[in-house]
Amino acid sequence: MTATQTATQTVEIKGSPARGAEPVAAAAPFVGRAMPRVEDAALLTGVARYADDLPVKPGTLHAAILRSPHAHADLLGIDTAAALAVPGVAAVVTGEDAKRHASAFLVGIRAPMEHWCLAIDRVRHVGEPVAVVLADSRYLAEDALDRIEVRYRPLPPVTSIAQALEEGSEPLHPAVGSNLVNSRSFRYGDPEAAFARAARTVSVEVEYPRNSCTPMECFVVLADYDAAEDSYEVLSNFSGPFAVHPVMARALNVPGSRLRLKTPPHSGGSFGNKQAVFPYVVLMGLCARVAGRPVKWVEDRLEHLMAATSATARRMRIDAAVEPDGRVLALRMEQTEDCGAYLRAPEPASLYRNHGNLTGAYDIPNLALTNRIVVTNKTPTGLNRGFGGGQLYYGLERLMNRVAAELGLDPLDVIRRNLVAADAMPYRTASGGTLDSGDYRATLEQAVREGALDALMARRDALRAEGRLYGIGYAAVVEPSISNMGYITTVLTAEERRKAGPKNGAQATASVAVDPTGGVSVTVASAPQGQGHRTVLAQVVADVFGLRFEDIRVNTDLDTGKDAWSIASGNYSSRFAGAVAGAAQVAATRLRGRMAALVAAQLNCRADDVRFAGGKVFSDANPDNGLSFSRVAAAGHWSPGTLPDGQEAALRETAFWTPEPLKAPTDGDHINSSACYGFIFDFCGVEIDRTTGALRIDRYVTMHDAGRLLNPLLVEGQILGGFAHAVGTALYEEYAYGDDGRFLSGTFADYLVPTACEVPVPVILHRESPSPVTPLGAKGVGEGNCMSTPVCLANAVADALAGFSVDEPPSLPITPAKLAALIHPPEPPRPAPAAGMNEIPPPAAVKGGRGLTGEGSREVPATPEQVWAILLDPKELAALLPGCEALDLVGPNAYRAEVVVGIGPVRGRYTAEVALSDLDPPKALTLTGSGTSALGSGSGTGHVTLERTAGGTRVTYRYSASVGGKVAAVGGRMLDSASRLLIGQFFEKLVARAGGSAASDAHSARPPSLLARLLRILGLNR
Amino acid sequence: MPPLTSPETPPVLAAETRHAVSIVLNGKPRTGHAHPRLLLSDFLRHELGAHGTRVGCEHGVCGACTVRIDGVAARACLTLAVQADGRRIDTVEGLAEANEGRMTALQEAFRRHHALQCGFCTAGILMSLTDYLGRNPKPTEEELRDMLSGHLCRCTGYAGIVRAVMEVTGQTMKEVSHV
Ligand code: FES
Ligand code: FES
Repeated sequence: MTATQTATQTVEIKGSPARGAEPVAAAAPFVGRAMPRVEDAALLTGVARYADDLPVKPGTLHAAILRSPHAHADLLGIDTAAALAVPGVAAVVTGEDAKRHASAFLVGIRAPMEHWCLAIDRVRHVGEPVAVVLADSRYLAEDALDRIEVRYRPLPPVTSIAQALEEGSEPLHPAVGSNLVNSRSFRYGDPEAAFARAARTVSVEVEYPRNSCTPMECFVVLADYDAAEDSYEVLSNFSGPFAVHPVMARALNVPGSRLRLKTPPHSGGSFGNKQAVFPYVVLMGLCARVAGRPVKWVEDRLEHLMAATSATARRMRIDAAVEPDGRVLALRMEQTEDCGAYLRAPEPASLYRNHGNLTGAYDIPNLALTNRIVVTNKTPTGLNRGFGGGQLYYGLERLMNRVAAELGLDPLDVIRRNLVAADAMPYRTASGGTLDSGDYRATLEQAVREGALDALMARRDALRAEGRLYGIGYAAVVEPSISNMGYITTVLTAEERRKAGPKNGAQATASVAVDPTGGVSVTVASAPQGQGHRTVLAQVVADVFGLRFEDIRVNTDLDTGKDAWSIASGNYSSRFAGAVAGAAQVAATRLRGRMAALVAAQLNCRADDVRFAGGKVFSDANPDNGLSFSRVAAAGHWSPGTLPDGQEAALRETAFWTPEPLKAPTDGDHINSSACYGFIFDFCGVEIDRTTGALRIDRYVTMHDAGRLLNPLLVEGQILGGFAHAVGTALYEEYAYGDDGRFLSGTFADYLVPTACEVPVPVILHRESPSPVTPLGAKGVGEGNCMSTPVCLANAVADALAGFSVDEPPSLPITPAKLAALIHPPEPPRPAPAAGMNEIPPPAAVKGGRGLTGEGSREVPATPEQVWAILLDPKELAALLPGCEALDLVGPNAYRAEVVVGIGPVRGRYTAEVALSDLDPPKALTLTGSGTSALGSGSGTGHVTLERTAGGTRVTYRYSASVGGKVAAVGGRMLDSASRLLIGQFFEKLVARAGGSAASDAHSARPPSLLARLLRILGLNR
Repeated sequence: MPPLTSPETPPVLAAETRHAVSIVLNGKPRTGHAHPRLLLSDFLRHELGAHGTRVGCEHGVCGACTVRIDGVAARACLTLAVQADGRRIDTVEGLAEANEGRMTALQEAFRRHHALQCGFCTAGILMSLTDYLGRNPKPTEEELRDMLSGHLCRCTGYAGIVRAVMEVTGQTMKEVSHV
């Protein structure tokens, strides 16, 4: 098949998305065309190899990780003996091994915080790795996890930004002394004067939740350690940034040259998340070293959702100094970032990535800013599509919307009035960014026109007239791409930066080689995760050499031991189109120049006049007298002796390209945090169902100026994919935690990734303002909708709820329940409890989301004294506790019980502490229990009162319980009923033991079981 | 589809023993060994080396592991290998094989419409669609989206997938909900 046959063309980049297969002339450049991907054949036929599909070395051990069930606890001891005794288990690795062979990870701020690949003496979030079992199979390794005994002493958990900021909150890192681990203030322009001068101040306060783009493929690490060379070889679907490579090497106590890291040919998505593979690269390297054998680990979905990584949660307050016409003169911003339990590299990047574009697409010259970083007992944060942009623009675009609302202006006019003007480009922002190109106002007007905003407005009017809740929202953002390696150092003071040495730039690298047959290969360190890098690079390089698309072979698997890479390498910060494709063009162009110099004499022309087209190399003046490309390529290999003096053979060229405008932060903390900035303007119409609160995206228009489009088909794919993530963020997805830090979204049935039914198809519009900074004029495009879309939808919700006097729409995700609560009047109060229940004290409140309570009462034909005696007899108690296998007295009225409980898909052995207290014989007592296991923790309190009646005793109980850890994370939906069943069983048995009938719980009278009914029909039972 | 558990009492398999499991994989007889608890997904991938079937959640929600068991789309992660003994299993590798080594019209349409990026969800979606379109050759877009909701794709936003299927079924996708 030739390039001509496979080529397709952009039908239209303005208006409708590209599709269809329109053959075009082979001579047309490939860049800019909607080429289908070279990656697809392998992926569609199943032959593609992801990390988990690659062969392993003989003798490879499989790892399973024991994770903390507690959000915050001292780690008192680990007993691995029973696990080691399980057949097939080769080793169990703990924090002691980490201390022996590894080091703590480097942290990006100056604070005494230690983060290790395995917990050392404290656990700080649910899911933190505590030990690793290495066994002959994953199944066996998981079996042995249950045999590891870990003793914890729970500490008060810190589960919100507000709590982290409280004076008395338990410090996660005692040496730091506070959960506020970093705070910096910045001042640009003259914000005080602007606020004093402005007609009024408009404020907004919002909180952005935790969520994650969760790729479909989880993390995979294959590690091996060579003791003779003291070196590690690791294959993993790590995505970069390779700035983390030195962090990993340091943690393994080796120089970077002794950590050879490879990536597989295919990776199942990342969206930033696979940056967070790096602690496991170190952990599995350590395991391979301890075990003396290669190790393979494949993360499962529960592990991924619970403990891989998360976007930061951010609390944001912004005040704007505004003029009566909506012009914003200054901003005062306070951002407080929740980075989770550890500040893991490259954090606090989420907070600083947008530092140069804090004022978005607006011309706002004055800015006061306070950035705070807190730690909480939650999963450490990291890269996630949109990286800090979703958080920033949620605040900024809500603010612009509020300015309009409070001044009684059209929100679109407020945006128009503040956009950076085209003649101000390149525009230097207050905080030091350089918006490189674009005509934001014209772009907005084009979107309004082509996206038919007037029709949407008419539709809103018509639907509102029918009494329906319909709103229109807008968002204008700049999308930064190709981050400056130095931006993170803005978190340091100028003084600290001077000591640490300058950091800046964003080196991209690409190698282009020609082989003796004229084949061209391209190697890059871009670690693609499904975006189609190989296709785009083939387009770029085929154009440079005038070859066919299929003549270019692109290799994207990376080997840090052999390939060219830099700390800026990897797949992040939308750097591919601008930086990596640009570097490939630079390398190819240089190589072409060398080939031209070699053949110029032969072609009787100057090197400058040598042309490469149609597989031929010829002189501009004499196109018919050319050489074939392969002939020229072969010369460099076969006849180096004929090279002109001082000429190197033209075999291979490696280019390192760094964008010129990326400097280290200035002493005044000005930083151009990215090389280029695209512009996005979105608007949408949403309808909220008055009855259910369900939100429907009726129309979504997204206009992008991402510079030059290298492949419109893939650009469209990036926008559609980013949009789908943003819909999830806005409406469905949240990493939910209980107040006690328990993780509550451990399956895809709990963490709701939108499906084909929830993601509408947006109208995608384009405008191309080439970047003056990048070689091809391209900018990043894949992250923008994660920045613009959540707030655009929230603005539409605010518009739809305009009649309900709510200042802020509900926090993300905007669920039907939250909307319904705003739409509907409050529910009437609960009816008073039934008579006879009042005298029982309510149980101590159980904090957390998976708590449950219940109550009941039963008449038994025994005296209160008899019932009392049953409860206080350990043997009797053991018989009453569901699943109890052993019960030992450990103190007065205190027992240790071995209990096996199964809930939903998980079954676990708990060691439970059970105690009886508040003894008031024979009238009342309190039963408390708490237990932990590999599956998590549980605790509960039950109050029992015994009341003498004519027929015996009325036993009344009220309980509350909570369950955490794996059980809560995966069994959540079954937990309530399962726990009720277990607790019900206890009291049923008590009643039965005391001689009562096995009647059911007072509040959940169940119909007799099918079996019971069957037996009754057959006359086998009464 | 015949029920996976046959009406007569299933044999009791010793948990500690690896049992021979013989299947017809994409038309060819294959035999491997499996402990009773081994998942069909692991059996296909790691025992038989048929890696085309992917695993995204192992709890039945994402659909990545979907294969056809005796023709019917099923989650390989919710099926035990021993349950598949004696059955016909079709996986993504078999689609082109059964089409004289060329990609099927559906696969070609996926490629043209950029219906995949990382491709991790693709095998499962193709297997579900192959079964589904056999039973419902011209689904409405709504029916199609409903069926696709049994699969999670994190990359594409589903638009390319819907477009590809509408095209192979001779239809076009609704581009925008109104106007
Ligand atoms: S892996 Fe089977 S449904 Fe997700
Ligand atoms: S293509 Fe990546 S998950 Fe669907």
